[in-house]
Amino acid sequence: MTPQPFRLPDGGRISRGAPLAFRFDGVAYQGYRGDTLASALLAAGVHQTSTSVRLGRPRGIFTAGVEEPNAIVQIEAPFPEPMLPATTVELYDGLVAGGLPGQGRLATEPDPARYDARYAHCDVLVVGAGPAGLAAAAAAARTGARVILADDQPEPGGSLLGTAEIPDWAAETGSELDAASEARVLRRTMVFGYYDDNYLLAAERRTNHLGSQAPSRLSRERIWHIRARQVVLATGAHERSVAFAGNDRPGVMLAAAARTYVNRYAVAPGRRAVVFTTGDSAYCAALDLAAAGVDVAAVVDARPEPGGAAERAARAGIEVLAGHAVTGTSGEPRVASVAVRALCAAELTGPAREFAADLLLVSGGWNPVAHLFSQAGGQLRYDAGLGAFVPDGCRQAVRVAGAARGVFDLPGCLADGAEAGRRAAEDAGFTAARPLPPTSAAGSAERSAPSAHLWVVPGPDGFGTHFVDLQRDVTVADLARATGAGLRSVEHLKRYTTAGTAHDQGKTSGVLTSGVIAQLLGVEVAELGTTTFRPPYTPVSFAALAGRNRGVLHDPVRVTALHDWHLAHGARFENVGQWHRPWYYPRDGEDMAAAVARECRAAREGVAFMDASTLGKIDVQGPDAGDFLDRLYTNMISTLRVGMIRYGVMCRADGMVFDDGTVIRLAEDRFLLTTTTGNAAAVLDWMEEWLQTEWPDLRAHCTSVTEQWATVALVGPRSREVLAGLAPQLAVDACSFPFMAWRETAVAGIPARVCRISFSGELAYEINVLPWYATALWEALYEAGRPLGITPYGTETMHVLRAEKGYPIVGQDTDGTVTPQDLGMGWVVSKKKRDFIGKRSHLRADTGRADRKQLVALLPQDDVLLPEGAQLVAGDRLADPPVPMLGHITSSYRSVALGRTFALALVRSGRERVGERLYVPVGEELIPVTVTGPVLYDPEGARRDG
Amino acid sequence: MSPRTPGAQLPEHPDWLWRTPDPRRSYDVVIVGGGGHGLATAHYLARNHGITDVAVLERGWLAGGNMARNTTIIRSNYLWDESAGIYEHALRLWEGLEEELDYPLLFSQRGVLNLAHSLQDVRDSVRRVEANRLNAVDAQWLDPRQVKEVCPIVNISPDARYPVMGATYQPRAGIAKHDHVAWGLARSADAAGIDLIQNCEVTGIDVTGGRVTGVRTSLGPIAAGKVALCAAGHSSVLAAMAGFELPLQSHPLQALVSELLEPVHPTVVMSNAVHVYVSQAHKGELVMGAGVDAYTAYTQRGAFHVIERQMAAALELFPVFARAHVLRTWGGIVDVTPDASPITGLAPVDQLYLNCGWGTGGFKATPGVGWVYAHTIAHDDPHPLARPFCLDRFTTGALVDEHGAAAVAH
Ligand SMILES: Cc1cc2nc3c(=O)[nH]c(=O)nc-3n(C[C@H](O)[C@H](O)[C@H](O)COP(=O)(O)OP(=O)(O)OC[C@H]3O[C@@H](n4cnc5c(N)ncnc54)[C@H](O)[C@@H]3O)c2cc1C
Repeated sequence: MTPQPFRLPDGGRISRGAPLAFRFDGVAYQGYRGDTLASALLAAGVHQTSTSVRLGRPRGIFTAGVEEPNAIVQIEAPFPEPMLPATTVELYDGLVAGGLPGQGRLATEPDPARYDARYAHCDVLVVGAGPAGLAAAAAAARTGARVILADDQPEPGGSLLGTAEIPDWAAETGSELDAASEARVLRRTMVFGYYDDNYLLAAERRTNHLGSQAPSRLSRERIWHIRARQVVLATGAHERSVAFAGNDRPGVMLAAAARTYVNRYAVAPGRRAVVFTTGDSAYCAALDLAAAGVDVAAVVDARPEPGGAAERAARAGIEVLAGHAVTGTSGEPRVASVAVRALCAAELTGPAREFAADLLLVSGGWNPVAHLFSQAGGQLRYDAGLGAFVPDGCRQAVRVAGAARGVFDLPGCLADGAEAGRRAAEDAGFTAARPLPPTSAAGSAERSAPSAHLWVVPGPDGFGTHFVDLQRDVTVADLARATGAGLRSVEHLKRYTTAGTAHDQGKTSGVLTSGVIAQLLGVEVAELGTTTFRPPYTPVSFAALAGRNRGVLHDPVRVTALHDWHLAHGARFENVGQWHRPWYYPRDGEDMAAAVARECRAAREGVAFMDASTLGKIDVQGPDAGDFLDRLYTNMISTLRVGMIRYGVMCRADGMVFDDGTVIRLAEDRFLLTTTTGNAAAVLDWMEEWLQTEWPDLRAHCTSVTEQWATVALVGPRSREVLAGLAPQLAVDACSFPFMAWRETAVAGIPARVCRISFSGELAYEINVLPWYATALWEALYEAGRPLGITPYGTETMHVLRAEKGYPIVGQDTDGTVTPQDLGMGWVVSKKKRDFIGKRSHLRADTGRADRKQLVALLPQDDVLLPEGAQLVAGDRLADPPVPMLGHITSSYRSVALGRTFALALVRSGRERVGERLYVPVGEELIPVTVTGPVLYDPEGARRDG
Repeated sequence: MSPRTPGAQLPEHPDWLWRTPDPRRSYDVVIVGGGGHGLATAHYLARNHGITDVAVLERGWLAGGNMARNTTIIRSNYLWDESAGIYEHALRLWEGLEEELDYPLLFSQRGVLNLAHSLQDVRDSVRRVEANRLNAVDAQWLDPRQVKEVCPIVNISPDARYPVMGATYQPRAGIAKHDHVAWGLARSADAAGIDLIQNCEVTGIDVTGGRVTGVRTSLGPIAAGKVALCAAGHSSVLAAMAGFELPLQSHPLQALVSELLEPVHPTVVMSNAVHVYVSQAHKGELVMGAGVDAYTAYTQRGAFHVIERQMAAALELFPVFARAHVLRTWGGIVDVTPDASPITGLAPVDQLYLNCGWGTGGFKATPGVGWVYAHTIAHDDPHPLARPFCLDRFTTGALVDEHGAAAVAH
């Protein structure tokens, strides 16, 4: 294990009593709890973490936060995770990581961790727990408002953590909020998305920082969905760099980051530093580094007349070069010396000076972190005084406080935050009760000088190593080439050069890029604007976003009340929408074909039963219910008598079949309709859409009752016997209980609604009971029917039986382009009704064409079972493509009742082609088929009506 | 053509792209909308018809609308003959476009898999494959094992909530780099003398005696012999300026990318049933999309729950994606017709032309649209491939329903 040569002897917010072992690029190191991977590497003297993506140049740790463009690492252990900034990885024991040249790597094993989500509402959400955010949260909480304060760091304090100013205040304020009953402090929680209606998303890292010690019962990450009455964004600011030659070498670091390493992590990022700045803030870094024992060779200040900060530095014995700029660096791979010249009106003058240094701190100004504000729809304004984009107006209930709106001094931030928090609480309906206690932050009496706006330092040899985007390797020369190509828009320039598109999404480079472009084009930065900020603010893992909606929870599995019986009796299941439906019930050694043949035979020759509970059921009530259904279905519903049932079809506005099912009239003002299994929700949506948006005057109400009824279809010539035995009070003869009637009675002693409906063409009943009686009913039927060989059957048999009768299945024999007339069901389309959905479309020229595709049956030659989906062509020889297609096969089965294979198909002018021979290309072959009418079994309907 | 290695460096753009001219007072043809379709139309007006007195008016930056936002899936395995006709025409043009434009488009024919997750999906897929073959569009039906061979990271476990039951595969399908495509077309049009005018919003359309005479713009009025609309999500707004309505609904459609990753995903996978589609672009980022946001809007932003669902769906299909990160999400505005097929052809106003309704799937059509629409404009008569996609079909009912059970979005 290597020692920590750059660790300072004392100070910092690390736990020296908790040493942690880790490996980076194959080498073992040690750090402390409280370190990030970046600070621990710097403590070990490791600056360079990778080489750059396009040019392969060595790159080092550049920042101390989420804005890091260089130090992107691959986590290898405890579990591979691609592309994390080393500056955001909290160190843990056993961490194994490596530097990345550009592409991360995914694990090949499934991720064992869990992820989840929470939903929260609050009066005031404060984003960022720096001085402004803490003051805002405290001020809001004191009014009694429900406050959430979220910050991505493990402890509150924000920039204070890196400055050693008012050291205890942040922790105390955090504790006060923790103790307040209506306040919640979310640590390690990054707010990454700001959507409409003050809906914000945050990702909480719950166990990542524990490595393999993470308890598996805890979710690793959690997505917070927060709906806030008022939002205060106190998201701080990111420092930016200046474009000069060789500004990318390891050892070049943003000034405030270096200060953070010294104060928060007790790490000296180098031995001898040069500081290059355009404003006052970097002097704090210089002084803190000097105090920590770093030899500060010089402060190079682009301003000809720096203010009081420079005088303070000079008093501390640091050489200040006013009106100078860094013109280049040298050293391999790390900075070894820094070249400096005087800068006058954007021209370099005077002699060059070289400073030996292993650290070059840069401060080119500050960019308020306006990402969330921009996501919220807020406008940004270029503030020429600050040289940065600052928040302007926004339609959402949001305030920005502190550095995020360009207030950079500590007392200013505290006051600004407190004011924003108080006002936010007031706007949420609370009144300030207790004022905040004053903090000890001292205002400075020092004369501060405004910052200079310096984007590019000229020469010496072109602009090929003047980097603006370190991660994408974009230089000033690249930008110049792009403007030379004629491009003017920042969006184009960004895309041409790929600036700002990397992992850091241009957090440190965006404004610098705009500044350089403005200079190249000779326009104002304000004219150019920025590119749009898009969610997420920082990358969020797929798994966190998926949360628990994976595996069986991906989409709910719906099963009927009889599911356990089906399982116990060996059913194979089919997914139909969300439902698991029995597909067929193979007996020992049977394959699907044999099982289906047996089930079909039972239904046609004896008695069989199936679980039909998944059919959608919608209860429609109200004085206008009949009128409503008349408008919805193509046929007349309002004339249906109580006690009777009618089959109906619904069309979309385009006249195409949308769904079908039965309607039973329960009372004058009450109907129960069934829908296809997969379409139940869509039909209810459809009904509600029309009721709510087009016909709000209709007094009708719809309720889904799909799960309130269990339905068993009892089918076959001997079904009546079984029913009669179990329902002694019911007159089951055809006169008393005709086809398309329903009766209430007791079946096996269970209150039931029995409907004489048939989807098989056989004598059949649908028995509806409350779901908790389903098993009792089913078992009673099974017992009663056993002497007659009653057989459970699944969806496949149902499909065969109905196809033999030519009954279409919506979604299988139709595809949204088929009218009821195309299905041969003109009889279901009312000629009398004034209107219904789709009626007008049925009158359109194309919908009335005689050569539309129509539903027919096909009898294949040689008993071939045709593949469903196969196409139909005319000749027995395939022409060169494109081959005209006459239609396709929608359903295809082997029929026991018919003793042969058959198919249903949609065929152009199908009804006219009855008797014609067509061909079905299957592989290399053309299978001849004969077109016939769609009803192949019991065309008179005698069995059904018997 | 074998897929390019993702992660390979992007080729450089050329040293010169286009001028930034001021608009003249009058042009033979004014194209409204400088997206992919507008630029392709300009390119083919010049190249195929020698018409160069043309301006493309773009209210923002060139190709900054859906062209800059789409997930670049290119395929032609559509169900209906009409669709196969125009999309296959486009795909053939794609196959020669890099050369035609002398621009690296990163067109990569890595194939596309459309997964089937239910018995009905299987029927619909077989139907589409069979139809494609008879239309000379390359197509195969793959069983789950074959799916795994094409894309080893797809989860084909029968225990998945909606197991993969197979897929259609079009080997010639693929992706391209959208900016490169737009810029290649723009550079070609500019070189032919066509004016590409940015930051120029059309605010009115002048119609006299049933005939278009010019447009009003944020940069002043411009007279025009012919006006061709290519405004994607804003087409209804423009039609209203000319006094007619379009059967379009504009919805947000979102997409997202991950960070750059080592190659894991060699093809394009689409699943309508679990609602996600994924490819790995040239630099290595995973590019994903889902369905449209349900509400209509002109905001280029969608709702977050759509992204969450999409991620859940992605992890069902690709469990190895768990610790990948979403780097950026965004939205476009797509113009959806009742039958999910485009409208391209003549407008109810003379010398005004319509091209819209490409919805979630118009990128792949870009060169095909340019070719066909330029013909329509030049001849004042719809190109044969465009004829089925006339506005009139919503009156006659001769729809080309790609919404139906058998069709796939994007
Ligand atoms: C997220 C997403 C993913 C997609 N994925 C795919 C995919 O994988 N494959 C695929 O094939 N397709 C896809 N699409 C669809 C595809 O992007 C569009 O169909 C296609 O880009 C539309 O044509 P366009 O390029 O001309 O549109 P756009 O690029 O949107 O061009 C229209 C232009 O008109 C301009 N405009 C509008 N109004 C005016 C006015 N009044 N004056 C001047 N200019 C105006 C707009 O600013 C815009 O630039 C996707 C779309 C989105 C949003």
